[in-house]
Amino acid sequence: MTGTTRRISVTVNGTPRDEEVEVRLTLADFLRKRLGLTGTHLGCEHGVCGACTVLVDGMSARSCLMLAVQADDCDITTVEGIAPSKDVLHPLQEAFRDHHGLQCGFCTAGILTTLVEFLRDNPSPSEGEVREAISGNLCRCTGYQGIVDAALDAARRLREAGGAAR
Amino acid sequence: MKPPPFSYHTPQSVAEAVALLGSLDNARLLAGGQSLMPMLNMRYAQPDHLIDLARVAGLDRIEGRDGGLEIGAMVRQRSVEFSEDVRRLCPLLAEAIRFVGHRQTRNRGTVGGSIAHCDSAAEIPTVCAALEATIRIEGPSGWREIPFREFPAGYLMSSLAPDEVLVSLYLPVWAAGHGHGFEEFARRHGDFAIVSAAALLETNKDGRIARAALAIGGAGAAPVRIDAVETELVGRAGEREAFAAAADLCSGIEAYDDIHASGKYRRHLARVLALRAFTKAWSRAVGGPA
Ligand code: FES
Ligand code: FES
Repeated sequence: MTGTTRRISVTVNGTPRDEEVEVRLTLADFLRKRLGLTGTHLGCEHGVCGACTVLVDGMSARSCLMLAVQADDCDITTVEGIAPSKDVLHPLQEAFRDHHGLQCGFCTAGILTTLVEFLRDNPSPSEGEVREAISGNLCRCTGYQGIVDAALDAARRLREAGGAAR
Repeated sequence: MKPPPFSYHTPQSVAEAVALLGSLDNARLLAGGQSLMPMLNMRYAQPDHLIDLARVAGLDRIEGRDGGLEIGAMVRQRSVEFSEDVRRLCPLLAEAIRFVGHRQTRNRGTVGGSIAHCDSAAEIPTVCAALEATIRIEGPSGWREIPFREFPAGYLMSSLAPDEVLVSLYLPVWAAGHGHGFEEFARRHGDFAIVSAAALLETNKDGRIARAALAIGGAGAAPVRIDAVETELVGRAGEREAFAAAADLCSGIEAYDDIHASGKYRRHLARVLALRAFTKAWSRAVGGPA
């Protein structure tokens, strides 16, 4: 198969999507422009800031460094899809609110998705491990302390909830 | 910043990828995309055809072969990080891989992509230099294997022909109980190294050094193996002066100036990091605290 457009099937936040896309369309632009999921932010569009991080088959990835066609047959979770329901926040989101883990919010989506994966792999991280985990995410507002506090508190909440949230 | 227009191809086999490379003008291979995608977004690269290796069968395996470790070109860096075989047989690579980019880029980035991109400051190529890895390449007339030191052809340039595909990497394995040490200096965790050092040591039954290797990344156009450390160190008892003398062998290496560091500073870093890497490798080789 060749060509400049292609049909892809992806599942985004639990909803299957079947779309014809231009092959040069990035996954980030696909999510934001085609699907209207503008929670995924674009800061640098060349893989430096981490604002565009989403989960691809449960693994964090920079959606500006992926073509939509590379996500064919994949399961994508964006920040819009991490909360268990419309009116209940993910424990990470609650902890971010409680610890001032965000100010302008530009970096937040990428940090939340990164931490969802990280806390799943490492439920009891040290502060240093949290800092390493978010070292690929730039935040120009908070100075990171609130983010680190929130991540550690969220880890505790998730452990107490018996890892019920994903 | 958006990639320029191109046609997209998804071959299912290496032979098909090689045939596409041979028949299409201005084609590029896409592995994990963690170097090529930024280049496309910034339009440093403007291929007419992008050949995605993701669907090619058989390139994503880590396997033992001839007493060494064979790693397929499309093995994700993250899989290397979590591979029990890599940790056991090639702990140097297991240590170095944690310095490659960030979790989000290791999830996508591949071993073959990192080698083919030929960034001198990249960690995987530096490990390849230290271990004298072999690169397996497939082209229109079959496959060939070349030692890693012949692979880089210059700054960000490999010696792959335009119609060749890097298919795997072969790492010879050092004796069980050998010591390894990987050290790097970067402005922040996850950045490319300004300079990195990868060291290996093996001891004999008298506790003396039986085998030694050192590679320096990030200094010149490609990672270099400092072959002379072997003669300097073999037979020595692991005293600090021996490692300092071996590290001093880095003082003459090719090193460039750029906005991050001067060549002089790079050579200084090479010596300092080599000494640290040897010290770490030695403490592991003699079974002390890592
Ligand atoms: S927008 Fe993707 S890393 Fe910055
Ligand atoms: S909250 Fe503004 S960039 Fe992080």
